[in-house]
Amino acid sequence: MKLNSPARTDAAAEDRISRFPKHKREEWTGQAYVYACVVLLVVTIFSIVGFIASKGITPFASGALRVQDLLFGRVWSPEGEPPRFGALPMLAGSAYVSFLAAAIAAPLGFCSAVFMTQIAPGLGRSVLQPAIELLAGIPSVVYGFAGLSVIVPFLRDIMPGQGFGILAGSLVLSIMILPTVASIATDALNTLPAGLKEGSFALGATRWQTICRLMLPTTLPSLLTGVVLGISRAFGEALAVQMVIGNAPHVPSSLLQSAATLTSIITLEMGNSVGGSLHNNTLWSLALILLLLTLLFVFIVRLLERRARI
Amino acid sequence: MKPRVADRIATGMLIGIAGFIMLILAGLIAYLLFRGLRHISWHFLTSPPQSIKRGGGIGPQLFNSLYLLVLTMIITIPLGVGAGIFMSQYAKVHPLTSFIRLVVEVLSSFPSIVIGLFGLLVFVDRFGLKYSLVSGALALTVFNLPLMVRVTEQALGGVPREQKEAGLALGLSRWKTIRSIMLPMAFPAIMTGTILAAGRVFGEAAALLFTAGVTTPKLDFTDWIPFHRASPLNPFRPAETLAVHIWKINSEGLAPDAPEIAAGASAVLILIVLLFNFGARWLGRAIYRKFTSTK
Repeated sequence: MKLNSPARTDAAAEDRISRFPKHKREEWTGQAYVYACVVLLVVTIFSIVGFIASKGITPFASGALRVQDLLFGRVWSPEGEPPRFGALPMLAGSAYVSFLAAAIAAPLGFCSAVFMTQIAPGLGRSVLQPAIELLAGIPSVVYGFAGLSVIVPFLRDIMPGQGFGILAGSLVLSIMILPTVASIATDALNTLPAGLKEGSFALGATRWQTICRLMLPTTLPSLLTGVVLGISRAFGEALAVQMVIGNAPHVPSSLLQSAATLTSIITLEMGNSVGGSLHNNTLWSLALILLLLTLLFVFIVRLLERRARI
Repeated sequence: MKPRVADRIATGMLIGIAGFIMLILAGLIAYLLFRGLRHISWHFLTSPPQSIKRGGGIGPQLFNSLYLLVLTMIITIPLGVGAGIFMSQYAKVHPLTSFIRLVVEVLSSFPSIVIGLFGLLVFVDRFGLKYSLVSGALALTVFNLPLMVRVTEQALGGVPREQKEAGLALGLSRWKTIRSIMLPMAFPAIMTGTILAAGRVFGEAAALLFTAGVTTPKLDFTDWIPFHRASPLNPFRPAETLAVHIWKINSEGLAPDAPEIAAGASAVLILIVLLFNFGARWLGRAIYRKFTSTK
């Protein structure tokens, strides 16, 4: 066995150091770390879509259920004889609560944004903005609980029915998505060039004329972005809605009737159905529908943002 | 109608709406605290829940929530900060980068229940972690990661350009500049964002139903060795958090005092979230003052 002479090992070490000096090694470790984090992030999202899609298409792939039966079927009776899986009640329920919630939250959000930026910026920044941020921070189960103990009894007292239903759900959701709508509207109004507003005032327009004829049209794409994000959040919100909507899988014919949403049915039945059964797999299909709708909303938001930039 | 009159009316209406929103928030919080605080006592905060009798507490749930938060943050912070550094410093203008941005945006808009279902499929079943704290923490990490990335990216973006250039001009590697100059400067903003994210994680329930589970085994609060089965620190046990508990007693609670327990637990949850909110602001300002020695 031949021993390396000390001189040769020194040379080798020096060579290694000059080729891999400390600051380069440091840089490589750092880069390797951040790249690993990003790759993990990208892998995660693809596996979310991949896993849920592969599970969600099993009912269709095995021929047990046709896509049109799921999308347009009006009867959801997984325990029935024969079991029927029509998701129209849930789709309609989700759409009703989300759009109604957005219809309530959009004007409120816009008005509060105008108040914060145009009417009383000082008061807005010190009081209303923290308050709205706080609304965003309240957990959804707490909203559900508040809805269950305030809104539902209130509706039961003043209207026919049990109080559970679309209206209760959308009222709860509208408070939940208000921060989203309001904060995006505030940002949009804040980034509006000051010259526009001053020009309008110089022409003799009142503040209200400036707001509704100049600011509203100019910031409309951004406002719509906020509304679409709010609708997207409302579609995906599970527990708060499930607690107040009544959970009866029928296509609702009145705002006061008990209904169900995509998320509420998944929440309730996923744990109670046997894994691998058609019922369970169909719930995964509903999750897939929810996922695809979210992607659709992201797409719409991006389109609107492109409009807003011009 | 004269424009001036219309302006008056509209202004009044806008003020009215702003007041209305404040009223809703104040009413909501006052109502929840008023109803809940009466039921909060040391006994309520520390004793285990009762399934059919009165007098149950929320002790294990409160502990689970806090422990799960810690576990989640241990996983989320290194990953989120790493990805945030990439987004703000290493990402060049490139189609791949804008694609990654899109990915983060999509991930942040996924409903939490979908993330919970993903957790059920992957962490609970495929990784064989069962309903456990670890599964829950991993699902919450997925849920929280986009927010951490955004927080880090914005915080690093707020560091003056000159600081970075000075570091590079001294011959420091980019990584060394980021780690030793930019991250300390961005630290207050990152920490504020992290605490706000923690508040969100603390109240999350939908992602946990199918990952951390809706039950808690009997815990032995004298045994703090994480590998023991009944130890509260065992990360492989199912754990019902406070938020999940509120949902569960509202939908299937059998205890006669279920509404009171729900009210008390909601008040505790709100108080903790408020604490996180104000704590984050206060701490962010305090650290900023200390670092920049402004008054």
